[in-house]
Amino acid sequence: MARFTLTVNGETHRNVDVDPDTPLLWVLRDTLGLTGTKFGCGIGQCRSCTVHIDGDAVPSCSIPVSSAEGREIKTIEGLSEGLSHPVQKAWIAEQVPQCGYCQPGQIMGAAALLAKNSHPSDAEIDEAMSPYLCRCGTYQRIRRAIHSAAQEV
Amino acid sequence: MGTITKVSRRDFLKVTGVAGTGLVLGFYMPVRRPGSAALAAEPLANSWLRISPDGEVTFWVHRPDMGQGARTVLPMILADELDIEWPRFERVFLPAVDPQVYGSQTAGGSTSVRTSWVPLRSAGATARAMLIGAAAETWEVDASACRASLGRVIHDASDRSLGYGELAEAAAALPVPDDPPFKDPADFRIIGKPIPRLDHPKRVMGDLTFGMDVKVPGMLFACVGRCPVFGGTVTGYDEAAARAVDGVRGIVEVPTGVAVLAESTWAAMKGCRALNPKFDYGEAADLSSAKIAEQFDEVQEADGFATRDDGDVEAALAGADQVIEAVYEVPYIAHSPLEPMNCTAHARDDRCEIWAPTQSPQWAHGAVAQTFGYAPQDVTLNIVFSGGGFGRRLVPDFVLEAVHVSKAANAPVKVVWTREDDMHHSYYRPVSRHIMSAGLDASGNLVAWKHRVVAHSIAATLQGGDLAGAAREATSGASDLPYAIPNCRVDYCMANTAVPVSYFRSVYNTQTAFANEAFLDEVATAAGKDPVEFRLAMLDDHPRHKGVLELAANNADWGEPLPAGRFRGVALHYCFRSWVAEVAEVSVENGVPRVHRVVAAVDCGIVVNPDDLAAQVEGGIVLGLTAALKGEITIEDGRVVQGNFHDYPLLQISEMPEIEVYAVPSTEDPTGIGEP
Repeated sequence: MARFTLTVNGETHRNVDVDPDTPLLWVLRDTLGLTGTKFGCGIGQCRSCTVHIDGDAVPSCSIPVSSAEGREIKTIEGLSEGLSHPVQKAWIAEQVPQCGYCQPGQIMGAAALLAKNSHPSDAEIDEAMSPYLCRCGTYQRIRRAIHSAAQEV
Repeated sequence: MGTITKVSRRDFLKVTGVAGTGLVLGFYMPVRRPGSAALAAEPLANSWLRISPDGEVTFWVHRPDMGQGARTVLPMILADELDIEWPRFERVFLPAVDPQVYGSQTAGGSTSVRTSWVPLRSAGATARAMLIGAAAETWEVDASACRASLGRVIHDASDRSLGYGELAEAAAALPVPDDPPFKDPADFRIIGKPIPRLDHPKRVMGDLTFGMDVKVPGMLFACVGRCPVFGGTVTGYDEAAARAVDGVRGIVEVPTGVAVLAESTWAAMKGCRALNPKFDYGEAADLSSAKIAEQFDEVQEADGFATRDDGDVEAALAGADQVIEAVYEVPYIAHSPLEPMNCTAHARDDRCEIWAPTQSPQWAHGAVAQTFGYAPQDVTLNIVFSGGGFGRRLVPDFVLEAVHVSKAANAPVKVVWTREDDMHHSYYRPVSRHIMSAGLDASGNLVAWKHRVVAHSIAATLQGGDLAGAAREATSGASDLPYAIPNCRVDYCMANTAVPVSYFRSVYNTQTAFANEAFLDEVATAAGKDPVEFRLAMLDDHPRHKGVLELAANNADWGEPLPAGRFRGVALHYCFRSWVAEVAEVSVENGVPRVHRVVAAVDCGIVVNPDDLAAQVEGGIVLGLTAALKGEITIEDGRVVQGNFHDYPLLQISEMPEIEVYAVPSTEDPTGIGEP
């Protein structure tokens, strides 16, 4: 075990005592209690576990906690106060989720995309969002919601 | 339809843990478990509606929600008939499971709306009539001079009104009316509207508690090392290596393998990897997809069990002007919901509490009570949200395993499956083969149709059913082919393997619809006929089939020219009491089919929530396309070859067609849309 200092959603957590090879995902979920970030595959193939690290969308299952120290980590819980982020608003307006399990990852992915490209084309959405898997079949609504959020970003 | 009863305050508190002030009605929503008959003795009530003195309306929804929207759509029906504003439900509760109280709470078979429609309207109408009665007594006027609207009872003649909350206590003192009038569907304010889902804000904030997110005091995390070969067992493991992993607290043996108990999920996973178990692979050690195909070759030569035999198909084929033959095969599929299997359990000697993302709470509850010898009332099963189900969460294997682990650990434990565990130890959509023959007469009319289904049986292997039941189930969607064909035989050859199988969304209809409709297109081509016209000409006795086919074809511009390299295909199917037709626009890019657009038309009676309907159809199409175009489960050395999404890929957003969903306008009672 080792002690780490993590900055998550603007809050500093000192003395996070975990195995250094623990993926950030499990530190967020089991140690810090931030269960909005989901486990789907463990190998970066589904992106349900996506968080922002220094603004980039990263699968938290594939980054050890030791590499996350000293960086700004943002999870779905810290994306906005009370659903105010344009992507979350668009997700409600388009009624994107079905089961909702992959949606925190989809939302974090879409928010990172729009932060870099405020008006992505369909092809750019395909490129950025293709790694994000949804078994319920919400892709059409995800596309619509990203376009509508782009009007607001 | 069950009776509606007033519930005493004491009983209500006992069942729901909530004080039963105001008007409380209990009612029963009939349900059944897949593969079993309806409950022998129906309980008096499994759902409750309460209107409290301060006007708060609470509805206890008895169905799990795995994404299908039952927790919004069912309250919509009740709210409309009760005549309250939407959303007026302050709380929609998902109760814990008690089969003696609730009956089945299964989410499956497209039953949630279909079986709840009349009971929910009845409950709403009953409460409304009692509230009107209470107002009429208060004002000393005739009840027929009063009307309900948006949570108030109004007496127009005197321009007086009272809120439901103000009337609740007085209403509770009145007798329950026998046949309260239902609303005229023309007066529906909520039913038929694209009402947003109640739980979505929490889903979008990451604030919904799925099974994976459950945390109970003192809980340990566990992963289980299981034999990868079906039917095999763990015979040894490196306990010291697993215990040496930081955070590992213990190791226990359970029937499915060896469980590593730990302080965190990661420690449990790491400890499990360190186990390096030894196995007895058992009898299925040399099973493979190739061997299963050989088994099918052999079985298909036997006489099939006929589930339909009209006319004389052999004679008609012999006398046909043209005979077309084809064989279609579909593989095993893993449901692979994005949330892997998991379950939290706290087993004590005399009682057991479980938190399970299950589609079939009663099955799980009963299995736990039976397996561990608990009295049913000593098993508390809390239903938590599921990250997808698609049928995988019907079989309670993952629940039983968690109870075993908790019992052996003598502690509350959350058992987490890795994606690989989930893919290797599923209950798969059965593999099947479809041997088809069709005969055309000289004018290109379809005069003979023979469809032999060779498939692994769910009914026989999971439910202990007989061959007749297995045949009925495996040929569903095939034996009820709607087209007017004078000589038609559908039969079944059972080919069971060591691979466990279970229900996948729409069960055998994923296979039979594909075989029927793909083959019918080949037959239409051979007959030189337009596939839509060819079908319509054989559907005179099936107006609802015809209705969806025409609606889909019209909206898809059937017959209009397409860009070069683009083609249209059509399919029509009826299952789980709903009708669906789809037209797909497809091209072939680098030898791979690409679907650009799908126009779907459905007839499921009155549409309660058109947006939820569209979502369910979109989901069904994506699941179907994924099954047709993407991953398959294959078997080598008695085990599943695939392990994660890199070798069992799902459809991605870049491959997503544009989907349009149309519903046939209808005044028929609603059916369901989860399965078809």
